[in-house]
Amino acid sequence: MTHVDAGLWTTVADVVAAVCLLAGAFLTLGAGVGLVRFPSLLARMHTVTKPQVLGLILLLTALALRVRSGSAVAMLVLVVAFQLVTSPVAAHMVGRAGFRTGKVDPEDLRPNEFGEPD
Amino acid sequence: MMLAAVIAAAVLVAVAALLALVRVERGPSMLDRAVALDTLTVTLVCAIAIEAIWSRRTETIPILVALSMVGFVGSVTMARFAGKEPEDEGRVRTPEEVAAQARAADVPRGEQRDGARAIDAEDDAESAGGDQR
Repeated sequence: MTHVDAGLWTTVADVVAAVCLLAGAFLTLGAGVGLVRFPSLLARMHTVTKPQVLGLILLLTALALRVRSGSAVAMLVLVVAFQLVTSPVAAHMVGRAGFRTGKVDPEDLRPNEFGEPD
Repeated sequence: MMLAAVIAAAVLVAVAALLALVRVERGPSMLDRAVALDTLTVTLVCAIAIEAIWSRRTETIPILVALSMVGFVGSVTMARFAGKEPEDEGRVRTPEEVAAQARAADVPRGEQRDGARAIDAEDDAESAGGDQR
């Protein structure tokens, strides 16, 4: 590969990184707006998951395209893996606690697999 | 071009963090705050990633690993100990409400002070000064 080619590929990677960066940041902004505007706990939980998974993946893709080193990319994959494992746990706990403490309208759940709240 | 993209992304993430803080302040329940603090953690991860994207640094990536590992502990703990809250209790009170409640709590103490004054008349001037304060 000639030097010109390498420069070209760097530019391409930077452009793709910029697009991913903006898309990820936009999803994060969407979470902020949804948090303020959505009316119920479940709706707010829904909006928070956007940057937690897709937004983070986009941002870390941009970061991987910028740094382009094997060990860094391995750690970024680790970040995404941890996020994918832990955020459903948190969402599950918060949703169940919300149902048990009466912050979720049972009419919103179809089917309602919890039964009636106490 | 990269600079413009980084600045735009940083502004978007900063606005998202501010909006999450608004939700933390408003509540109304503990779980809403837990969810908003989760968002705040994610925006922190995004901000660190954006900084690394700009400077092409790899030293900050372990911070991202640690944050993504422990970020869920807060909301899980809050969810574990969440209880039924009265409708109005989760709100952050205005200064007027705090003052009104403090006045209401002061009334019994004032009565006690009046009683003490009746018993010990020598302290009369001092407690009058205290009342004015």
